[in-house]
Amino acid sequence: MGTNGVDGLGLLGDPTRRAIFELLAGRPSTVGELAQQLPITRSAVSQHLRVLKDGGLVVSRAEGTRRIYRLNPDGVTALRAYLDRVWEEALTAFGKAAQVAPTDPEQEDQ
Amino acid sequence: MTSTPTVPPLTGTITIDALIDRVFRTFTDALGSWWPAEYHIGQADMATAILEPRQGGRWYEQGVDGSECDWGRVLAWEPPHRLVVTWQINGQWQYDPDPAHASEIEVRFSADGPDQTTVSLEHRHLERLVDGQALRDGITGGGGWSSLLELLAKAATNQA
Repeated sequence: MGTNGVDGLGLLGDPTRRAIFELLAGRPSTVGELAQQLPITRSAVSQHLRVLKDGGLVVSRAEGTRRIYRLNPDGVTALRAYLDRVWEEALTAFGKAAQVAPTDPEQEDQ
Repeated sequence: MTSTPTVPPLTGTITIDALIDRVFRTFTDALGSWWPAEYHIGQADMATAILEPRQGGRWYEQGVDGSECDWGRVLAWEPPHRLVVTWQINGQWQYDPDPAHASEIEVRFSADGPDQTTVSLEHRHLERLVDGQALRDGITGGGGWSSLLELLAKAATNQA
């Protein structure tokens, strides 16, 4: 206790999942296309996509023999996930600021 | 009449080794010292963020060129225990002045001991941000996402 731990890491707290989310925001893609742009295997991409799908951020559809992944057009879910990440980062920064404040050299009146 | 399903609120908790008064002041008076500068909506880069310390006050960003962009209003000002503000930034990443489209952020501060404070944050009524359907239309039309995601990409790049 007494540390800067923030509860509730969001779905986009993982850097690889965030990268996949961003790539899919750029354009709908297959697992193979995503794997080409990331330093991880296809099976790792698939695992992350499964988590993103379970979380409602990503949907997929079959197109011939290909399966195309894209962001879920339900904007509320995606917006919520996005704001979750904003707060996670903001609260972490806030915790650091609140904790270092007493020794801040610019606080002359301390 | 349209009914938008309720979206679960976002919650976050953090425990800080500092007195409750200092923690509250850091959150409010010193907002600009900790708010991640990449999360802003103005055209200009953000110079600082300001929260006016009173009920009905604004909270907003100030750009490096002096321009101001509102984020919302202060609904409850109860130092050092409670703060409620609206968040009126929609899916187009723009300020929406319509109070019916305002989501709310409630921040509670509680002293665990003389030198420890727990801060609990809840961001609720997220469904109101998209009541105007702007976000959904933007996404299905291939538009509105761009600004939000440019921001996200920018944030991620800055982190690297």
